[in-house]
Amino acid sequence: MQMQRLLLSTYFLFSPERRTANMAASGGRTVGSFLWKCGNCCFNFNTVSSNLTRQVLSRQLCVSAVLHRKNLAAAGPEKFSEEFIKKQVEEFNIGKRHLANMMGEDPETFTQGDINRSIAYLFPSGLFDKKAKPLMKHPDEDTFTKALAVEKHQDRLRGKDLFTQDAKQISLVGSRWLLKEELEELLVETISEHDYARFIQLMERLLSLPYCSVEEDFVQRYRRQLEIQSSKQQVQPLQYDQHGVAYSTGDGRRKTATGTVLLRDSGSGSISINGTNYVHYFPVLQDREQLMFPLHFMGVLGRFDMQCSVSGGGHSSQAGALRLAISRAMLSFLSEGQVETMRQAGLLTPDPRIKERKKPGQEGARRKFTWKKR
Amino acid sequence: ILKGQRYIYSTRLSGDSEQHQGQYYTVPPSHFHTVFPHGLPPRYQQQVKTFNEGCVMVRQPALELISHLKRADYSKPTLRYLLYGVKGSGKTMSLCHTVHYCSTQGWLVLHIPDAHLWVKNCKELLPSSYHASRFDQPIQASNWLRNFRTTNENFLSKIKLRQRYVWTKRESTEEGQPLGELVDMGVSRVKSSSDVVGAVLKELRLQAGGTEGGFRLAVAVDGVNGLWGRTTLKKEDKSPVAPEELTLVHNLRKMINNDWCGGAVIATLSQTGSLYAPSSAYLPQELLGEEGFDSMDPFIPVPVSLYSEKEFESCYLYYLDRHWLQHPHSQTEEGKKELIFLSNRNPSVLERLCAFL
Repeated sequence: MQMQRLLLSTYFLFSPERRTANMAASGGRTVGSFLWKCGNCCFNFNTVSSNLTRQVLSRQLCVSAVLHRKNLAAAGPEKFSEEFIKKQVEEFNIGKRHLANMMGEDPETFTQGDINRSIAYLFPSGLFDKKAKPLMKHPDEDTFTKALAVEKHQDRLRGKDLFTQDAKQISLVGSRWLLKEELEELLVETISEHDYARFIQLMERLLSLPYCSVEEDFVQRYRRQLEIQSSKQQVQPLQYDQHGVAYSTGDGRRKTATGTVLLRDSGSGSISINGTNYVHYFPVLQDREQLMFPLHFMGVLGRFDMQCSVSGGGHSSQAGALRLAISRAMLSFLSEGQVETMRQAGLLTPDPRIKERKKPGQEGARRKFTWKKR
Repeated sequence: ILKGQRYIYSTRLSGDSEQHQGQYYTVPPSHFHTVFPHGLPPRYQQQVKTFNEGCVMVRQPALELISHLKRADYSKPTLRYLLYGVKGSGKTMSLCHTVHYCSTQGWLVLHIPDAHLWVKNCKELLPSSYHASRFDQPIQASNWLRNFRTTNENFLSKIKLRQRYVWTKRESTEEGQPLGELVDMGVSRVKSSSDVVGAVLKELRLQAGGTEGGFRLAVAVDGVNGLWGRTTLKKEDKSPVAPEELTLVHNLRKMINNDWCGGAVIATLSQTGSLYAPSSAYLPQELLGEEGFDSMDPFIPVPVSLYSEKEFESCYLYYLDRHWLQHPHSQTEEGKKELIFLSNRNPSVLERLCAFL
């Protein structure tokens, strides 16, 4: 590519070189007097603005793509207006005459077939795809027709007031893409990971284009709803004992310690653990703070009486187990919104951390033996 | 509780009237050094130093004790009062409160700060000169005598000895000498200080409640359960020492027996310094053991409970007023609820909690 650019720049000493912006992969762009149509690759050329006349012999050296891109922003998008097309046609004709001169043939009788042969001779390409090879065609043939048709359609829609801003967005909140297994199930064929990744990529690309809400059904077919987490909590109903006092139980576990709690309403905030007062059972302040947290969070510090029993583990894990048990027991006294806040505060999640296994060849789970140089 | 009621600075408030329950009364600074050279809990001493004043809360157990003391008949054998309660509920503070009251009333106070100090961590154990099988503890005895001297200066000259005590071949204290001389001798001659202690106790026992120049004797023992239990001391042949084999303990036990009249014995149980006792034990039976219970029996038990709501309020307001609670959240209602929860109204726990707020 670079080589061809160099060749072009040297060949067209006498022709004006214009800058064109290369927008998208679709459609070709005119470059100087030659038309380069590439399917996959973008081809940037420096061209001088139309103010400079043909007499300006500026030899453009190979400039890096960075500068090309900068000029892109400054130039602004090009419109496919009639004058532009006329200009391109003029340039094509001039280029055709130059080519005829180069090949030593008569410019008047230079046909399209002659043009093709000359280009193939001047720029031999090892590529197999016909569309990838360099070519030079009249602008009217299938270059601008597509783009013009699109513009005409848009104008028609504007006229009918259907060309609205796409205000409808597909809501993707609360849903996720199909998993690979689910997609395989849907399409009844095995899919490789690469294919699946490509599929997700394409769907995301589809969503990024405008007017994607038209294809909402299609997209939603490949998405699944996420379940709301808090609806998984089972809130047990309140129980009433013989004096009409409401009570509820809860149990929790943390790291081999299990605890159960009996919460009684209309109490004075007294807590007894395994028969002893909690101040004597948990002399450490941190453990008592753990017990306090669920009640303090919901603001019901002095309301409940608690009878707890706990076994296993150490003092910290017992406190954690009791905390979970208290939160679970409190669920039956609280409303839905408060349950959700508790869940988000992490009071209802059992702590999954347990002691990591000791591995052979190491002193502990992570600690290695002392490294001795010799 | 209204702001004006929470504590009163006046020194004329002697702290022994029922209506001031829950409020603080100030111990005059001059009293501190005389009455309490060695009796107060260490954390409270630090608090006194920080706040530059000693405020004691008037609480129900102390009031009960004081009312008993007021109404007791001192011609009858001594009554024994036992303060018991969970750890940190204020037993020692109540004892000190009562001791202060007694000293303001002009009693002779025999305050043993912690009986556990006599049964553990003793560096020197001398065989007693008086009794062959017993052991002396010179350091503890002399320390105590020094403090006793500071507490009861005015009594030392008034009380005369009724018996002649011979210490060595050359030293002896004659009859009729003031008690002060005996005490001075005990302080200076460390070797025989334990026997001096025994002599002092005997004299006081004989003379308390006497008709001529009688005085009331208050024996205040903190951690009395240490007198009947086990010791951590060992003889030279590594066999354990029983409490009876210690002179000090032996004499003190004689004091606690109610075979004398004209005074009162106020004792506190203490699990904190006790040896070989589980930390959850706080009842007299558990801590005293069978032997102790039998010797203390009959006694008047005075339970010391945790702070009531009113007392907690008072304490909280006191700390607020002293600017001890610096954290802004602790001044809100919510903070107060948190404090109640975390300390469960236990005085010492509350004090430790507020220490870093």
